[in-house]
Amino acid sequence: MKVALFIPCYVDQFYPQVGIATLQLLEKLGVRADFPKQQTCCGQPMANSGCERDAIPVYHNFVDAFDGYEYVVGPAGSCVYHVRKHFDIIEQTPAVQHVRTNTYELFDFILNVLGINEIPGSFPHKVGLHLSCHGQRGLHQANESEMTPVRDGQLRRLLSSMQGLELTELDRNDECCGFGGTFCVSEAGISARMGQDRVADHVRNGTRVLTGGDMSCLMHLEGIVRRAKLPIKVMHAAEILNGAIL
Amino acid sequence: MSHSKRSNIFLLDAERTTWHDETLWFVRQKRDKAVYATPEFQELRQLASDIKDHTLSRLDFYLQQFEENARRNGVQVHWAADAHEHNQIVLGLLKRHGATRVVKSKSMLTEECHLNPYLIKHGVDVVDTDLGERIIQLRDEAPSHVVLPAIHLKKEDVGDTFHLHLGTEKGNNDPQQLTETARQHLREKFLVSEVAISGVNFAVAETGSVVVCTNEGNADLGVNLAKVHIACMGMEKLIPRLSDLSVFTRILTRSATGQPITTYTSHFSKPAEGKEMHVVIVDNGRTKQLGRPDFRNSLKCIRCGACMNTCPVYRRSGGHSYDFTIPGPIGAILSPNIDMRKHASLPFASTLCGSCTDVCPVKIDIHTQLYKWRQVLGQEGEIPASKKWSMRLLSRVLSKPAVYGLGGKVARQGLRFLPHGLTHGKGYNPWAIARELPEPPKQSFREWYAQQAVK
Repeated sequence: MKVALFIPCYVDQFYPQVGIATLQLLEKLGVRADFPKQQTCCGQPMANSGCERDAIPVYHNFVDAFDGYEYVVGPAGSCVYHVRKHFDIIEQTPAVQHVRTNTYELFDFILNVLGINEIPGSFPHKVGLHLSCHGQRGLHQANESEMTPVRDGQLRRLLSSMQGLELTELDRNDECCGFGGTFCVSEAGISARMGQDRVADHVRNGTRVLTGGDMSCLMHLEGIVRRAKLPIKVMHAAEILNGAIL
Repeated sequence: MSHSKRSNIFLLDAERTTWHDETLWFVRQKRDKAVYATPEFQELRQLASDIKDHTLSRLDFYLQQFEENARRNGVQVHWAADAHEHNQIVLGLLKRHGATRVVKSKSMLTEECHLNPYLIKHGVDVVDTDLGERIIQLRDEAPSHVVLPAIHLKKEDVGDTFHLHLGTEKGNNDPQQLTETARQHLREKFLVSEVAISGVNFAVAETGSVVVCTNEGNADLGVNLAKVHIACMGMEKLIPRLSDLSVFTRILTRSATGQPITTYTSHFSKPAEGKEMHVVIVDNGRTKQLGRPDFRNSLKCIRCGACMNTCPVYRRSGGHSYDFTIPGPIGAILSPNIDMRKHASLPFASTLCGSCTDVCPVKIDIHTQLYKWRQVLGQEGEIPASKKWSMRLLSRVLSKPAVYGLGGKVARQGLRFLPHGLTHGKGYNPWAIARELPEPPKQSFREWYAQQAVK
């Protein structure tokens, strides 16, 4: 299986430990992944700002970087969703189509491509799961509260399979954290307020480790946690799973 | 003023923001309970969406069928190309009857057309009879929500308003007493009004009748007491058959307030003996939206307000921050169609979380349309120049891996060695107003990876 690692720009620059955990986790699960160094970003910041056309060279760079791999795997639901959904404005060559359909979010890949449903490790902490909207509603990685009261999802399943890990039951299971890419700058006030409310839900319900599948949401929430000096540790779920497997 | 500036004003009162958010979330939860208890709800959504898709694809046919059948019933049908023409038609009818006293039940269309100020300017005493609408009318405000027009107000605000306008005791905030005051006050208006104006929730082409849903029965009181009934409707309100109606009445209030059905679902088919009934069908930009393939879906909206209740941005910014008759996510895709420049910030007033799309009972792809409006606004030059140029520059950097690698390194070094006060300047770094920046690591992932390869 020829697998490429897709490490989004902000993870590359600010959270290398998440990239390392992703690579090591895949290795522990029996997958050797390459990191094609031509990769930069999926182009989402430009596109979400209304400058989709400016992002076209970035889309081409993405496809070139990952051309020739069977799977592209990244620890970020939002970026993966962007590649799958919004690379529709460039010519749909076989390479573009292949990259679009075979770019996977890390936990989607673990469950649905590798067929691994349980993680053999322990993490005896109270963990709060932040569902990223693009992962949940875009890639259908978790149930939506608009549809059903049943709380289920890929990451919830993997985390619950670990020994000693207790998941926080939030008052609002799947409300957006307010990051929203450039939204966090253009609507800074609302973005901050949403993040503060989200963090407050975790604090109220006892979260000690805040995790999720999208480092972008977590970057925003971590910024709020650190500003308020709260006793919560923010970790990408890849770090938890990788650290727990010996 | 942009949405962000207006929402910052709303956010200043943190306590009220919390209250507004929690109140609407409570309504969203009521909606959830009603929906979970209806196992076929997702099928109903699909059916409703399909019926609306079909109707919009043959709107010309159904409009004509409706007009024909309504006329046959003795209803007079009028066509208005825009808001001004709509207002003229209504005023013309009032003049014809020499009417100066009018009661009006809730209608977002007449709000959209700014009918009240127009009629008042022409000497007509027009009174909104929906309680929420009446409260904001007394305060000279616009509705902040399509179903809960006064949801931005607390009972203390209502107490003050009634004290000022209806003579209640100062400081009396008792909901029951305030409601009774409103009831007595409105009763006087109902009894003397010559004309009743209502909105239209659904217009049935097959029967030529209009359906009005209210929880207070105020439309029925008004229409049955007045000599003339004028029903004002947007041209997208049509459904083909009477048998389609039940699909919509089942999803409408479940989505809006969590009720199984509205208290009053009234069918108006023909004028009563010796009375008149008119229907005014209004375009006001709807044909234009129908002609935009990416956005025509927005015309399926049945105005339940579910997207507002679920929207985390709306809940924290209030309806007035949108400065458009229809606020929230649906308003943000309808408004640029009316005035792209004025409403250019609205499609950006969203994190694209997609909850609006999932909650929508007629399956409007709201967040997808928000994304598409952003592209249209970008191409039309309706985004700030600073954003335009920074995105162009960012694209240059991100399409050249070497430039990106170097740029990232320089930025990280900068963040690491510059003093906190400089990197977190609130004047130029909006991120730093409420958040700490990430701590820049010594090495990027790609640097670490290259080092591993050497080993």
